Amino acid sequence: MFIAVSSVILIAIAVGLVRAIRGPSLYDRVLAANMIGTLTVLMVAILGFMTGRPEFLDIALVYVLISFVSTLAVLRVHNPGAGTTASSVKGSGEQ
Amino acid sequence: MDMVLAVLSWSCLLGGAIFLLIGALGVLRFPDFYTRLHAVSVCDTLGAGLVLAGLMLQGGFSLVTVKLLLMFYFMMFTGPTAVHALAQAAMQGKLQAVVDEHEPE
Repeated sequence: MFIAVSSVILIAIAVGLVRAIRGPSLYDRVLAANMIGTLTVLMVAILGFMTGRPEFLDIALVYVLISFVSTLAVLRVHNPGAGTTASSVKGSGEQ
Repeated sequence: MDMVLAVLSWSCLLGGAIFLLIGALGVLRFPDFYTRLHAVSVCDTLGAGLVLAGLMLQGGFSLVTVKLLLMFYFMMFTGPTAVHALAQAAMQGKLQAVVDEHEPE
């Protein structure tokens, strides 16, 4: 059963890669990276269950946070002040 | 009793897998960025949530389930937040949304 779910996750990661390669704008690629990050978390958790090693869940837990922070970091690099209340004020951070 | 748990966890896992596929299909086929945002957030929150719920049922009452609960909890918060930040950055980056799929109203 875990084989079925992990193969579905691999297919979803492949689709994410296709979107990352084809994505017209930068934000599509960041979107694909975020999606692949979450799917990797699931993959690691399921591998931990398949091989019977509960330590994998710590890796998956840390990776949830890292993938979130990395998405925000990439956005912050491209748009300074993205996602903060400062940028929603009119006229700040305009490119 | 454990047969019920096994069936429940496998149905959760399969349901999560189905939603992952739907989300992945949405990310591939949707016409423009803002619609793909929706597909990813469906895929992230619901697909991952169901898969984690299925794993929790497999884990039973142990430290494994506590970690899975923490992961589920973080995902429920960080998924939508990341998608929101992405949308705001895209809006700020003047990314135009495809409004009419060339069908006159």
